[in-house]
Amino acid sequence: MPGAVAEEIAAPGTMTGARPEPLLRVEGISVHFGAVQALSDVSLDIQRGEVVAIIGPNGAGKTTLLNVISGFYHPQRGRIIFDGEDRTDLKPFEVAELGIARTFQNVALFKGMTVLDNIMTGRLLKMRGHFLLDAIYWGPARRQELAHRAAVERVIDFLEIQAIRKTPAGRLPYGLQKRVELARALAAEPQLLLLDEPMAGMNVEEKEDMCRFVLDVHDEFGTTIALIEHDMSVVMDISDRVVVLDYGRKIAEGVPDAVRADPAVIDAYLGVAHD
Amino acid sequence: MIELLRSVLVAPFADMAGNLTFLTEVLFGGVAAGLMYSLVALGFVLIFKASGVFNFAQGVMVLFSALTLVGLMEKGVPVPIALALTLLAMVALAFVIERVVLRPLVNQEPIILFMATIGLNFFLEGFGEMAWGANVKKLDVGIPDTSFIVHGVQVNRLELTAALTAAVLVGILAVFFQRTKIGRALRAVADDHEAALSIGIPLKTIWVVVWSVAGLVALVAGIMWGAKSGVQFSLSLIALKSLPVLILGGFTSVPGAIAGGLIIGVGEKLGEVYWGPLVGGAIENWFAYVLALAFLLLRPQGLFGERIIERV
Amino acid sequence: MIYRETGQFKSSYASDQAIFPIVQDRVLVLLGIAAAFVVPPLVANEYWLQAVLIPLLIYALAAIGLNLLTGYAGQVSLGTGGFMAVGAYSAFKFATSFPWLNIIVVFLLSGLIAAAVGLVFGVPSLRIKGFYLAVATLAAQFFLVWLFNKVPWFVNYASSGTITAPTRTLLGVMVTGPQASAEARYLVALGLVAVFALVAKNLVRGRVGRSWMAIRDRDIAAEIIGVRPMRTKLLAFGISSFYCGVAGAEFVFLYLGSAETLAFDINLSFLVLFMVIIGGLGSVLGSFLGAGFIVLVPIFLTNAPHLIGLPLPVALQKQIELMVFGALIIFFLIVEPNGLARLWQIAKEKLRLWPFPH
Repeated sequence: MPGAVAEEIAAPGTMTGARPEPLLRVEGISVHFGAVQALSDVSLDIQRGEVVAIIGPNGAGKTTLLNVISGFYHPQRGRIIFDGEDRTDLKPFEVAELGIARTFQNVALFKGMTVLDNIMTGRLLKMRGHFLLDAIYWGPARRQELAHRAAVERVIDFLEIQAIRKTPAGRLPYGLQKRVELARALAAEPQLLLLDEPMAGMNVEEKEDMCRFVLDVHDEFGTTIALIEHDMSVVMDISDRVVVLDYGRKIAEGVPDAVRADPAVIDAYLGVAHD
Repeated sequence: MIELLRSVLVAPFADMAGNLTFLTEVLFGGVAAGLMYSLVALGFVLIFKASGVFNFAQGVMVLFSALTLVGLMEKGVPVPIALALTLLAMVALAFVIERVVLRPLVNQEPIILFMATIGLNFFLEGFGEMAWGANVKKLDVGIPDTSFIVHGVQVNRLELTAALTAAVLVGILAVFFQRTKIGRALRAVADDHEAALSIGIPLKTIWVVVWSVAGLVALVAGIMWGAKSGVQFSLSLIALKSLPVLILGGFTSVPGAIAGGLIIGVGEKLGEVYWGPLVGGAIENWFAYVLALAFLLLRPQGLFGERIIERV
Repeated sequence: MIYRETGQFKSSYASDQAIFPIVQDRVLVLLGIAAAFVVPPLVANEYWLQAVLIPLLIYALAAIGLNLLTGYAGQVSLGTGGFMAVGAYSAFKFATSFPWLNIIVVFLLSGLIAAAVGLVFGVPSLRIKGFYLAVATLAAQFFLVWLFNKVPWFVNYASSGTITAPTRTLLGVMVTGPQASAEARYLVALGLVAVFALVAKNLVRGRVGRSWMAIRDRDIAAEIIGVRPMRTKLLAFGISSFYCGVAGAEFVFLYLGSAETLAFDINLSFLVLFMVIIGGLGSVLGSFLGAGFIVLVPIFLTNAPHLIGLPLPVALQKQIELMVFGALIIFFLIVEPNGLARLWQIAKEKLRLWPFPH
C-alpha cells in the first residue's frame, strides 16, 4: 500500500531509512458476533520493546482485540502478523507457544491451585516430557520440575509474592490475584505481554506497585507490552504510544500527550453523538 | 462385504417399504414412546429454565409419584382423592427439596448441583421403595390396554391416550410460559437470578412453583408409563433416557423437548425393529445415547439450544 | 505437640515438592503401608478380608481413576462401570487365550485395552462439556455393557454368559481362581493399588496434574496460556480408563471370582462417583477414604441393627442403604464439597496446633 511505503521512508532516526519489522502487526481486523460489529478494520503496529496502551470507552472492542491476538477469536477479515509471519488462524495454545502471554480482565486464575502452582502453569508450554516419565517422577521429570520451579521462584522474587506461595489462589485479595496473574504471564518468558486492565479495581498504592512492576518488566527483560487501561495517569506515565478505540474502530494513535489533546478522543469519552 | 453393506443400508428400508401398515404401527409406537420421553424431559426443562439446575432426579420423581399414587390406590383410597393427595405429596416434596438441597447450594457450580440431584435420585429411590414396597404394581387408569384398527393400522388405546395427554399438557405448559405472569417471571428467573430478585420476584416461591409443576408433569408421565408397563424400578431407568432427549432438544427449550423426544422415540423404535435383528437386538439400551452423542459432536447446543459464545 | 513442623526447613525445592513434606507424615504413611502389608494377612479373618479389605482396595483403584478424570481434570464421567467391564472382559480373554501370561501382565494389558476404549469415548470431550459430557459418557456405559452381553466371543461362548477367573499363580502362590486364599488376593490388590496410587500422586503433582487442573478450573484461559486441551483431556481419559480397566479386571479376578455384565451396570458408575464425591474430588487420599466409606456403610447397616437387637430384613436394608448414600451425597456437597479428604486436612491442621486452640 503506497501510504505504508511513504511512512517507512519518512521515518526519522533509523539507519537505513526503513523502520524495523514490527513485532506485532494487526492488519485490518474486523470481527462481528451475529449482528454486533465488535471490531471494524482495526490496524496497528507494535514495535519491539514498546509499551503501547490501548484505551477507549467501555465496549470499544479492546478486549476483543486482545482475544483476536491471542487466537481465541478468529477475525472475519484481516490478519495478525507476529514476528514477520501470518498467525491469524492459529489456535490459542499455538499463539502462546510463539511467545505471547496474557492477563485477563476478570482475573482468570485457577482457583483450585496454590499461587505457586498457578504460576507454574505459566511454564507448562515450556515443559516438554512424556507422561510415563512423569508417572515415575524420579529422573528426568523431577529434574525438569525443579528447573522450572527455580525459574518460577525468580518471578516470585521479582514480584515480591514470596509470602503467599502456598495460599490457594481463590483466597487472595483482588490486588494480589492480579499480581499473581501477572506472575503467571511472566513465567512464560514472553516476547509480547498483553495486559487486560491490570490495575482495575486497585487502590492508589496497589496501582503504584503494579505500575512499578510493569515498568520493571519492561526495563529488565525488554518485554514488549500492550496494555488495556482506563486510568489516564497510568497511561501517561508508562506508555510510549497510545491507541484509541471507539465502537470497534481505531480513532486515534500517537504519543500520550498528542492523543490526550486529540478532539476525536475527547469526543469519544464525553459521548458526543456519532454520525 | 457387499452383503454386509446391503443388509445395513438397503434391506431395512426395503423392509419398511414392503409393509407400510407395519411401518405405520412402528412409527406410531415410536411417537407414543417419544411423547412420553418428552414429558419427562419437559420436567427437566422446566426446572433448568427456572433455576438452572439439571435435575437428575426427574426420572425418579416420575417413579416416586407413580408409586405414591398406586400405593394410595392399593390402600383403597378412591382415585380422585389419591390423585389429589399425590399431587400434594409432590408439592411437599418440592418444598423439601428447595429447603434442603437447593437453598444451601445456591452459589455452587452447576456440576455440584447436578451431583446433588444424583444423590436425591438415590434417596428417593430408596425412600419410595421403603414406603410403598418393591414389587411391580399395576396402575389402572380406566383405559384398557387394547387396540383398535384404523385404516388397517393397529392403534393401541392406551398409547393413544398417553400421546394425547402428553400433547395437551405440552400445549398448556407452552401457553403457561409464554402468556401468564408467572410464566414470565419464571423466564426472568431462568435468565438471571439476581436481576429477577432485584425487581422483586420472590426466588424461593418461584422455585417451589417450578418444582411443583415439574412434579405434576412427573406425575402425568408416571401415570402414563405406569399404566403401560406397571410401576416398577425400571421406570427410573426409562426416565434416564430422557437425557438424550434433552441433548437433542436443548436444555432450555419446550418445543425442543418435544422434537427431541419424538426423534429419539421414533429413531429408537425404527432402529430396534429394522436394524436390531442384525446385531442381536436390544439396541434400545444404547441407541438413544449414541444418537445424542453423534448429535452433540455436530451441534453441541442441540437442535433448539442457543449457541453459547464464550467470553474471557 | 507431636505434630509440629518447627525445625523442618526445606532447603531445596526438591524437598518442598515431596509428596509428604512433613517428616511425621512421611513416617506415618510408610508405617501405615508396611502395616497394611503385614497386619491384615496375619490378623484379619476371612470375612474381613473378603467383604471389606479386598473390595476396598479395588474400589479405591477405580475411584482414583475416576478422580483423575473428574476430580482433577474436571471431565464428568458416568461411564466408569463400562470401562471396568472392558478391563474385566479383556482380562478374561487374555487369561484364557494365553494361559502362560503372568497375571499381572494380564491386568496391565487389560488396562491398556480399557485406556484405548477410554480414548475413543474421550474424543467427544473436546467439543462437549459439563452435563452434556456426562450424558455422552452414558453412551459409553450402555453401549459397552450391551456389547459384552451380546457378543458371545467375550465369554468364550459360555451359555451362562458369565466369565470366571481361571486359576493363576504368582511366585508359586495361587492368587486367582476358586482356591486362591483371601490373603494372597489381598496382597496382590494392595500391591497394585499402592503402586498405582504412587503413580497417580506423581502425575498430579507435576506437569500433567497442573494441566488437568488448569483445564478443570478455567479451560479457556488455560488454552490461552498454552495448555493443549486435546492432549490434556485425552490423556485424562486414557489414564483414568486404564485405572478403571485394571480395577475391573481385579474386580473379577481377585474379588468376585466370576461375574456377569450386571456387575458393571450403571449402578457401579454411580457407586464409584459417590466414592469420589464423598472422599473428595481432586484427592488421591480421598479416593481411599471414599471407597472405605462406601464399603463400610452396608457392613454397618448389616451388623449394627443386630447389635442393638433390631434385625432388618434384607430389602429394607438395601433401601436404607440407598437413602443413606443419597442423603450423604447431598450432605457432603453442602457441608464439605471437598469431602472426607478435606475433613482429614482440617483435622491435621487442628492437630498441628494442639493443644492450642488457634
